[in-house]
Amino acid sequence: MFSAGDIGAFWLTLRLALVTVCILLVIGTPLAWWLARSRFRFKAVIEAAVALPLVLPPTVIGFYLLVALGPNGPIGQVVSALGLAPLAFTFSGLVLGSVLYSLPFVVQPLQNTFSSIPEAPLEAAATLGAKGFDRFISIVLPLSRSGYLTAIVLGFAHTLGEFGVVLMIGGNIPGQTQVLSIAIYDHVEALDYTSAHWLAGTMLLMSFALLVCVYMLNRRFSWVRL
Amino acid sequence: MSIRAQLRCVKGEFHLSADFEIPYAGVTAVFGPSGCGKSTLLRCIAGLDSCEAGSVLSVNGSEWISASESIPVHARRVGYVSQSSSLFPHLSVMGNLDFALKRRAKTVNNMSIDEVVALLGIASLLKRRPDTLSGGEKQRVSIARALLNTPALMLMDEPLAALDLESKEEILPYLERLCSSAKIPVIYVTHSSDEVARLADQLMLIENGIISSQGSLSDVLGRIDSSLSRSAYAFSVLNCRVLRIAGPAHLSVLAVGESNVELFVPRLEEVPKQQARVRVSARDVSVCIERPVGSSILNILPVTVREIAEMDDRGQSLLSLQVEGSEERLLARVSAYSCEKLNLKIGMALFAQVKSVALLS
Repeated sequence: MFSAGDIGAFWLTLRLALVTVCILLVIGTPLAWWLARSRFRFKAVIEAAVALPLVLPPTVIGFYLLVALGPNGPIGQVVSALGLAPLAFTFSGLVLGSVLYSLPFVVQPLQNTFSSIPEAPLEAAATLGAKGFDRFISIVLPLSRSGYLTAIVLGFAHTLGEFGVVLMIGGNIPGQTQVLSIAIYDHVEALDYTSAHWLAGTMLLMSFALLVCVYMLNRRFSWVRL
Repeated sequence: MSIRAQLRCVKGEFHLSADFEIPYAGVTAVFGPSGCGKSTLLRCIAGLDSCEAGSVLSVNGSEWISASESIPVHARRVGYVSQSSSLFPHLSVMGNLDFALKRRAKTVNNMSIDEVVALLGIASLLKRRPDTLSGGEKQRVSIARALLNTPALMLMDEPLAALDLESKEEILPYLERLCSSAKIPVIYVTHSSDEVARLADQLMLIENGIISSQGSLSDVLGRIDSSLSRSAYAFSVLNCRVLRIAGPAHLSVLAVGESNVELFVPRLEEVPKQQARVRVSARDVSVCIERPVGSSILNILPVTVREIAEMDDRGQSLLSLQVEGSEERLLARVSAYSCEKLNLKIGMALFAQVKSVALLS
């Protein structure tokens, strides 16, 4: 059924998706809040940059990342100046790539939910003595529950299915950078269709189950579009 | 113990330039037509809209806006009640009240939650969610939430404007009780003369972003040169003593001010009280040189003419009449032609016929 390598790839993929989503929530919350509330004139530029991974071929992102992570690239030089091992072809490199690749899938639902929160409750909270952070925790977060749910599920599911970026910057090192989608590709290349079926079927079911969860929990919110 | 302000605020084409000083007590009504800057004034006081440099706001001795700084909203402690409900939709009524309780200022004269809940009659609503409440109920909860926060000042921005007539009537008695029992000063923005007459102790008139008159209610209402008295809605408020609740034929009898001049009003409720306020529209008052006989109008008050203003653009004159034996003033709107025909002069003794009287409280 599943080989040891397949199971390794499965856990690696899961770990990658979880770490990526956690990082994205931390980065994405302030970014989405700023995008939703700021009247900065060049906000559109930042919005476009956030949305880029939606339209760019993953291999393009992967290619630039590979160059940047390489010994002569900007990130690579910073990393070696800090005395750390190069990021290319490592799990950390994969996390960095996934964060960039899945950024819009977390930021956009959050931005939507933040801009849908009316001013009135926030102003009321301020007059009742709640400071900025207090207002965010006690008013914004509870009113954004469904947005967070969508962001988490979309970010997670999108990272699960990553292929092009991983192939470019992670290579295909079993146990270190070999994720599910690449393992499937390998099986097909080797004409091992049975193993490919098992893995692909598992992915299909998992993605479907995730989406059913989103739609069931979030039926009221019409802006969830894939 | 006063609220002193010089507020400057620009919003696109609109300029607010409000200078006023009002006592830090009682209810101050801010009255004016829509779009005259009433809400902006209130938002500036709350700190929700920012003021231009040079603005000053001092409330009971503490500087909220000064040359050097402007205190943020959360540090000002105002009980802000807006036109539409701003209840937190994710919390129950109790949760909303709790939010205010947890963040309230530590002072000695805190109202307890039971007191506030009883004052606004919301005991049966505590477990409900805001989206299941009627408009009137939502406003009562909003007011309760603001009160529980022990604000330094209550700011009410047309709290009844979005409600239908029935909900207004349901909520007004609560507001009256609140205004007379809570020891927190209230600034109450409205464009309803009825609410002004029922609730206000002081009155500010605002026009195109400028405060045109301010002072005690009877003072401002009695000024015949104000924008309000020149409008079609000119009215006066008489403070009366209750003489007999059970008067003849479903009427009660009041006495105007300190005088013995009697005023008949629709039968009062059978609750012992000494004072009542009535509102009289200037349009509903006519004058006679002699006491009319055989009139169906019940309320005929002996008065003295104190001021006469010509309103020549519409052929109307406005009279300010002092009710005999009291300080109470009554406004009457008569045609300039009758003024001339009766040869009305300041100091003349007349009889005012009052066609209808609205009982306020």
